[in-house]
Parts: sequence; C-alpha cells; structure tokens
Amino acid sequence: MTGGSETGGRVDSPAHIPEPLFSEIVAAVGGARPSEFRGQQRIVVPPERIYDALAVLRDRYGFDMLVDITCVDYLNYRGATDRFGLVYVLTNTEQNKRLVIRCYVNDPNPAVRSVVPLFEAANWLEREVWDMFGIRFEGHPDLRRILLPEEFTAHPLRKDYPLQGRGERHNFPVITRESG
Amino acid sequence: MAVNELPDNVAITNLDQLVSWCRKNSLWPMPFATACCGIELMATGASRHDIARFGAEVFRFSPRQCDLMIVAGRVVMKMLPVLQRIWQQMLEPKWCISMGACASTGGVFDTYCVVQGIDRFIPVDMYVPGCPPRPEQLLQAVMDLQAKIQREGTVFGREFAGEKAQQPKRALRENP
Amino acid sequence: MPLTPSVFSDDSARNEPQPYLWTLNFGPQHPATHTTLRLVLKLEGERVVDAMPDIGYLHSGFEKIGEHLDFNQYVTVTDRMNYISPMANNVAWHLAVERLLGVEVPPRCRYLRVIIAELARISDHLLCLGAMGLDTGAFTHFIYAFNPREQIYDIFEALCGARFTNSYTRVGGLMHDASPKAIEMIRRFVADLPRALDDMDRLLLRNRIFRERTEGIGLLTREEAINRGCSGPVARASGVTRDLRKDEPYLAYRDFDFRVICAKQGDCFARYLVRMGEMRESLKIIHQAIENLPPGPVNVGDEKRVAIPDKKVVFTTIEGLISHFELVMWNRGFATPYDELYTATEAPNGELGFYIVGDGTQTAYRARCRPPSFIHFALFPHLIRGHTLSDVVAVLGSLNIIAAELDR
Repeated sequence: MTGGSETGGRVDSPAHIPEPLFSEIVAAVGGARPSEFRGQQRIVVPPERIYDALAVLRDRYGFDMLVDITCVDYLNYRGATDRFGLVYVLTNTEQNKRLVIRCYVNDPNPAVRSVVPLFEAANWLEREVWDMFGIRFEGHPDLRRILLPEEFTAHPLRKDYPLQGRGERHNFPVITRESG
Repeated sequence: MAVNELPDNVAITNLDQLVSWCRKNSLWPMPFATACCGIELMATGASRHDIARFGAEVFRFSPRQCDLMIVAGRVVMKMLPVLQRIWQQMLEPKWCISMGACASTGGVFDTYCVVQGIDRFIPVDMYVPGCPPRPEQLLQAVMDLQAKIQREGTVFGREFAGEKAQQPKRALRENP
Repeated sequence: MPLTPSVFSDDSARNEPQPYLWTLNFGPQHPATHTTLRLVLKLEGERVVDAMPDIGYLHSGFEKIGEHLDFNQYVTVTDRMNYISPMANNVAWHLAVERLLGVEVPPRCRYLRVIIAELARISDHLLCLGAMGLDTGAFTHFIYAFNPREQIYDIFEALCGARFTNSYTRVGGLMHDASPKAIEMIRRFVADLPRALDDMDRLLLRNRIFRERTEGIGLLTREEAINRGCSGPVARASGVTRDLRKDEPYLAYRDFDFRVICAKQGDCFARYLVRMGEMRESLKIIHQAIENLPPGPVNVGDEKRVAIPDKKVVFTTIEGLISHFELVMWNRGFATPYDELYTATEAPNGELGFYIVGDGTQTAYRARCRPPSFIHFALFPHLIRGHTLSDVVAVLGSLNIIAAELDR
C-alpha cells in the first residue's frame, strides 16, 4: 500500500533536482548516502562538515534559503545507529529546488557548528533545537533557551522525557482570595 | 417620622443590592487572551455578538482599571507568574472567568509545560466549557456572573472573606 | 546572486553597556501583541535602538503531543496552531501525512480542500488587516473586517459543525462531503466579499494617518528576506516571487488561474497591499473551484485502508464496523513507512511545513512543524531598529505574529 510511487511519488515535482546535477552536489558537499523518498532528495553530511556543505550549497548551487532546521531523536527507532539526526531543509529560490541535508550526532555532548553566519534564519531555529534537544551549536552568537523558561533543566523533545513532564508545571505558589 | 407611604419615584432596597446592581452592570473586563479563545473573545466584542449589551464592553488592558479578568486560552509555565501578577494588580472587588477548556483544565494539552487549570493557582468564579466556547457561551457566563454578583455581593466584600471562599477550588492533587 | 554578509547577531547589542538608553518592557500581556509575546525595547527617547524578543509564553508542547496522538487525532491540535486560519493547518497536516503514506486524495476532496484553505486565507488576512488597522488607530476597520469573518465562520459551521476549531480533514479525505447548503453559502460569500474589501480599502487606503504610520516603516529588502527565510506575504511584499501554490503545486492548485501578488517596497504598507490583493486572488480561486467542483467521493476508497468510513456505514454494516476498528485500534491502524518527509504548503502566513517521521505505526515518531510566524518574528528586531515606539505595533501587525504558531 505504501508503494505509492505512481501517485504519491511526485518525481515530477518541480523541486526535484535532475540527476547529473544531484550527483555533482553530493560530491561537492562531501556527502554520503544520497537518498530519495517521494521525490524529496536527501544527503547525509558528517557533522564536522555541515558548515562547509551549506556554504558550498549556498554559494555555488544557489540554495539561498534555509527553510528549516530541526532534529529527530532516534532513541528507540528501528535500525537507528545514531541518537540525533539534524535536518536542514534548503531551498533554491531562483530555480525552485529543494534539498534536505541530514547529519547525525551522538551523546555525550552532541554538537555541530552553527550556520548563523551563512543564514540569518538559523539563529532562532538553532536556539529552538538547543532548547528542545540539547544539541550545542558551536559559534552560535546567543545560544540560550528560547521557548522554555531559563530555569528549565530538561530538553523536552528527547524521547526519554515524559509527555506530562516531571512536575515542573505545578511548581508555583497558590494565590487565594485573601492573599490576592 | 415614620414613612407610611412611598412617593412614586422612590424605591427601597438595601445598600448591598444597590451596589451589586451597579457593579454587575458595569463590569470592565481585562482580556487575558493568550490563545485561540482570545479570538472568540474578540468576536464577542465585535459587531455581531456585541458584549456591550451586557455592560461589559469596556475592555481595559491595564489591570488596575478592571474588575473582571477573562482568562482566554491556555496558560503555560512561563505565563503563569504573569497571570498571577496581573491578578494581584487588579483592585477589589474582582472576579475571574476561566474561558475555555484549556484555562479551566488544560484541555487537550496535557503536556509538560501547560498548567492544568488556572484554578490551581488563582481563584476562579466562572468556568466556560468549550474549545473554544462560542461567543454566546461567554455571554452566558457574563450573565451568570452578574447574577452571582447580585446574589452574593456586599459592599465590603464579605462574600470573599468566608471560610469557603478561601479554599482553593480543587485540591492540589498532582498525578505523577 | 549577491548575498549580504550576515550581521552576526540580533542580540549582540545586548551585552554592550549603553547607560543612556531606556529599557521598556512590552508584553507579554499587551493589547497590541494580540496574544502573548514579549519584547524588551531599548529606547533613546522615542526611537527604538534595539529590540529583544522573548518568546515561549505560549509554548504548549505541540510537537511532543504529535508523538502521542495518531494522525487523525493530531488534526485537532493543528487547529490550535494558527488559530485564525485553522483549516489551512488541517490541510497542511493531512497533506503531509498523505504524502508520507503515498496516498492521493480524490479530485472532489482536493477541490474542497483548496476551497477551505483559501477561505482560511481570507479569514486570516481579514483578521490581520483588521487588527493592523485597530493598532494604528482605525477601529472601524476592525469592525468591517470582522463582519466577513463571521460569514466565514458560518460557512465552516455549515461544513463541519464547528465554527472555530474545525478539524475538517481526515487522512485520505474529509470528515464528510460539503452539503449543498454550504456550497450555496460559499457562492454567496464569494459574491459578497468584494464589496466588503472595497469598503475596507476606502476606509484605509487613502487615510493619511494610516499611510504615514505604515509607509517606509519596517523595511525588508529582497536579499534579507531570502537570507532570513521569510515566506508568504512578508517575503512577497519584499519582491520575492515565491508562492508554493505556483512553485510546488499541491492539491489542485495547478487547475486554477490566479496571480501571485508581489510588491517591491517591503514596508508595512506593502505587506498590507499584498494581503489585500491575495484575498481577491483567493476569491478567484474559490470561484473557479466551486463552479468546477468535480463529482464523486471525497474519501479514498476502502482498498487504501487509510480513510475512516462514513459513520452511516459504520453503524449499519459489519464491514464498515470492521474497517473502522481496523483503523482506530492501536495495534492495527495503517502502516506508515519507516521514513521521513518534509511537506510544505502555502499557509496564509507563509510556508507551513510538517516534517513527519514514520515508524510503522499510526502515530508520528516526530511531528515537526515549521511555523512561519517563528521565522517572521525573528525578523522583528531588524525591522524595528531606528523607528519609533509607535511603529512597533504597526510592524507587529504587518507581520501577523500568531503566538500559538510562534511557540507551539
């Protein structure tokens, strides 16, 4: 049922990068395991090369917009070898192409180099990934928590953090009619 | 001198009733609108539903000018201290409507950072169910609150001083 | 292409000692923030030297919930994401899920989804522009904008029973088909709205106060817009001719004739005009879709095993009951591939993307939402620097920051 290449495959998508160019990009960014799923092309880049890869993509191949940075925690995922998978979604606004760059980091001290000098959009996105997953972005100008309070200690989107939290949400004083 | 017969334009009531009547018909809401319910709160104030019919149209964004706080939307960990502070800044007598499922119980957001009901931390007078409640429901809550003010209101706020009023509405049980 | 060298940080000025500056706290409970966001402004007199956004006052763990609710349940949470256009989020979420599953919905469903997504766009823009007028002192404009919004609520109510948080889409289709009454209401709305838009234009377009408060305020150049990841009306007002409905046509957008509204100035007024123009284009799309609405089913057939069957079938036939159970039982459900996909749609605010990781079950392993408001609010310090305090509300209004989408 999920074969779906005839309908959901969308190889005809305008965002698809044609073949000789795609292989060239894979070689240029030093990537490995190029793959494609439903017409979306992905390249895995080693974490120490992520900055250079994105710089090459921006300057040489015109991927000038960083659409999204996110992360996946593959703690209990079938067949996963690495703990965290970072996802960089890039778009070429001139030629309307899309490319997903993956890179995998591991405990302890998961860290990659920040891409804020390349893409201003990465500033808050990296802060969010730090907040939610605890992945450090080295060279980030202002790596603070963004969504959760400063005094929060956990990284809630990690798979070993419970949905209901650890009681942080009820750690407040109670105001009654009298005290109010 | 005993009054045997009242003139036509004189009515007799007690002072509590008169003050309550004044208060209930000129509620000034403080819209503590955080999320989706805030849009329905705006719709309640806008042309079709027109909260002005119930004397509560004077939305003031300064807590010091308000006597009715409408908490519309979920309150999260970072926001709760703000909510408490705004509640404390409001002058007595003051009332609170918890609008929507999220403000009353946390609603669908049973997550690590959403407070499971603001009544755990501040006093609440009216709960409006719904996610979000329709404007009609909010208007009903305003009317019910008016009835409550008329029923219990006293000049010196004795209704707030009783033993029962001091209890938090719900025991602070936390399921681990 | 020339790219501007990146200014290192918006927050770098924070650390330098500037004793002569006023610090003003703006929000999180402030009428012009509409919902909950906080700014710490550094002022020199009335001029804003720097602004430090502080967000997270509505962070409710949407993405964590997405890992615990199944694909059909999570649509209720997407409603609450950008709550002034919930239908657009419903469409975006289920489009992402269906693309992950490799399911193509029937033509009638695609058309109906286009119609509801465009209605949501109109309702979003109406609120944005109405509130922008409200913040810059034009209260009547807000009232004018809210009236058609109530009509859209009525349409949504006729379609799915809920006026606000709709949850109308399902995996592989819709909750149910649109009733003839709802279609008639949409027709009437398409005929009526241009007059309301004209009224709004007449109120504000030549209003000197409004124009002086918005023209030249919050300038964003094309290069910056791209480098900072802007999309939607904010980017198009800066001359980025990018619209996912044209560039990566999803649903049935290939079938319709419409223009992408762009402007060059990149100020608040241009963003106002772009939103205004987009509403008229949306009307064109709705008109074409409603007149050419294809017949047929709205859900994919039983053989795909993704769409929950109609309630009538469930309650009256054993086959329907079994197939319903097969889909909603935790250990059955539909099988997702062990793979991941980023799917973007053109939501009213910009590119709304979902990055879904499937793990064989009917629950996403990771449901990442790429919210346009989050990207756009990061722009704010850049846009406001050098303007006055009263421009803060104009810029905020023109960016249309929705806190629930910002913080999730």
